[in-house]
Amino acid sequence: MASVVLSEAEKLYIVHGIQEDLRVDGRGCEDYRCAEVETDVVSNTSGSARVKLGHTDILVGVKAEMGTPKLEKPDEGYLEFFVDCSANATPEFEGRGGEELGTEIANTFYRVFSSESSIDLKSLCINPREHCWVLYVDVLLLECGGNLFDAISIAVKAALFNTRIPKVRILEDEEGSKEIELSDDPYDCIRLNVDDVPCIVTLSKIGYRHVVDATLQEEACSLASLLISVTSKGALTSMKKMGKGSLDPESIFEMMETGRRVGKSLHIALQKILDEEESLGTSRQKVGFLG
Amino acid sequence: MAAITMRLPVARKAVGPSAPRGGEKHLVAPGDTITTDTGYMRGHGTYVDEEKLIASVAGAVERVNKLVCVKALKTRYNGEVGDIVVGRITEVQQKRWKVETNSRLDSVLLLSSMNLPGGELRRRSAEDELAMRDYLQEADLISAEVQSVFSDGALSLHTRSLKYGKLGQGVLVQVSPSFVKRQKTHFHDLPCGASVILGNNGFIWIYPTPEQKDEEAGGFTTSLEPVPLSDREVISRLRNCIVALITQKLMLFDTSILYCYEASLPHQIKDILKPEVMEEIVLETRQRLLDLEG
Repeated sequence: MASVVLSEAEKLYIVHGIQEDLRVDGRGCEDYRCAEVETDVVSNTSGSARVKLGHTDILVGVKAEMGTPKLEKPDEGYLEFFVDCSANATPEFEGRGGEELGTEIANTFYRVFSSESSIDLKSLCINPREHCWVLYVDVLLLECGGNLFDAISIAVKAALFNTRIPKVRILEDEEGSKEIELSDDPYDCIRLNVDDVPCIVTLSKIGYRHVVDATLQEEACSLASLLISVTSKGALTSMKKMGKGSLDPESIFEMMETGRRVGKSLHIALQKILDEEESLGTSRQKVGFLG
Repeated sequence: MAAITMRLPVARKAVGPSAPRGGEKHLVAPGDTITTDTGYMRGHGTYVDEEKLIASVAGAVERVNKLVCVKALKTRYNGEVGDIVVGRITEVQQKRWKVETNSRLDSVLLLSSMNLPGGELRRRSAEDELAMRDYLQEADLISAEVQSVFSDGALSLHTRSLKYGKLGQGVLVQVSPSFVKRQKTHFHDLPCGASVILGNNGFIWIYPTPEQKDEEAGGFTTSLEPVPLSDREVISRLRNCIVALITQKLMLFDTSILYCYEASLPHQIKDILKPEVMEEIVLETRQRLLDLEG
């Protein structure tokens, strides 16, 4: 992961500040940086979103393709995650440097979405045992400014909200062979229900307290962090501990409670902005990358 | 309790012609022809191709008599002798330290250019060489002055005065070197309660004002006492103000930082980084600076 080096005195300053609930940029321990969310930025995808959280810049594209359902779940579609750490973010990601981080993030997302209630996979089925929709979620890291997992999960939720899957009809011939017909109208499509899609909240333990949305400097001062995925109703779908340090079981409970509380507020804020963007309709001025 | 704000991105507004500042600026991009007149001497950021003077960086053209140079907005630091820099130690080598100063090459701080504790003057011995790491390690921050420039462009630094040396607790803000205005002094003790070092290389160091001003230790003793909350608030506010000034492309010097600080007082510290608040504060600062000028 991209990291900065800090002197001992700088780290001490940050740690003492967090004890008093005043971080370097004036935020409290549970405040997020100002986030910018925009959907539908990539035209040749079924859904896309771009999230800028401070200096962290993430682009997610969702492509819906037809495939065969998995053998153990014949009447469901599925999601495939792929994370690309671009060398734009930091020179460490040049060549195959970003592969390890990319696979770690992708595996985390498989776990987060492993819960059955996260997304209605049965709606992605076209023909049981034969055809289903596979959603390929591609994540591109454009800039690393700390707190990657949270930003990626916000972008994934926004992209899934924006995804439009074309409606298909199955026609049966006289001989019994099935044909798939795609609707002619490009606006005739189904949307996904993202109410239960979880968002990740990373809590970094610094000193005796924990903070949400750590910057690169704060991540350098934290030895251990807890990653929890929370749905909008406050249910936890997965939990992961990262970092070399150890966590006390008491602090894990505290961090879980904080994460749940912060996660619920995160969902409310995100849903509000997605609804606001939706209400602007086609007259919305797209900012994109050259704004 | 948790404050989470999300917003839709807003397209950047094209900055309209602000108050006339004595003529239009000639802006160029790499490859643009500056002039076809061969009577000019080429300075930094230009090169000659087929009798035309062409810009090699993106910025504004500056003309001093017959010298034409292009001053870029975002660039690496080009050191001049006498500049104050804030740097980070990257390596501890045999008789010198390598310092990162946001330039093309790492700068060099020789052991002989460093003051000994107590200000004694003697030749550096082998013990001094072995004790180098006790004083400055990797990732430490120092303030120093540029002594000379090597032929390859690397800078040689020195901390030959007691006001330079290792930096203690504080906050570092990294900006482009072109934002730091060249002034008589770069060490400022702001009346709001904190001190700031405006490094010419774009590294700005904000730290709590030390109590004893008479005996300057030269950075040999770093205070590990927790900084009081009131000082922290001033430092965080200054840090956010500097980021706001940079985002709105205003030059950094003590007066602009102070005016920006005063304009930001009605807002909460964390709100300063919101785009609309940033615009409002910097507009007020710009207005006050214009009133000051004329």
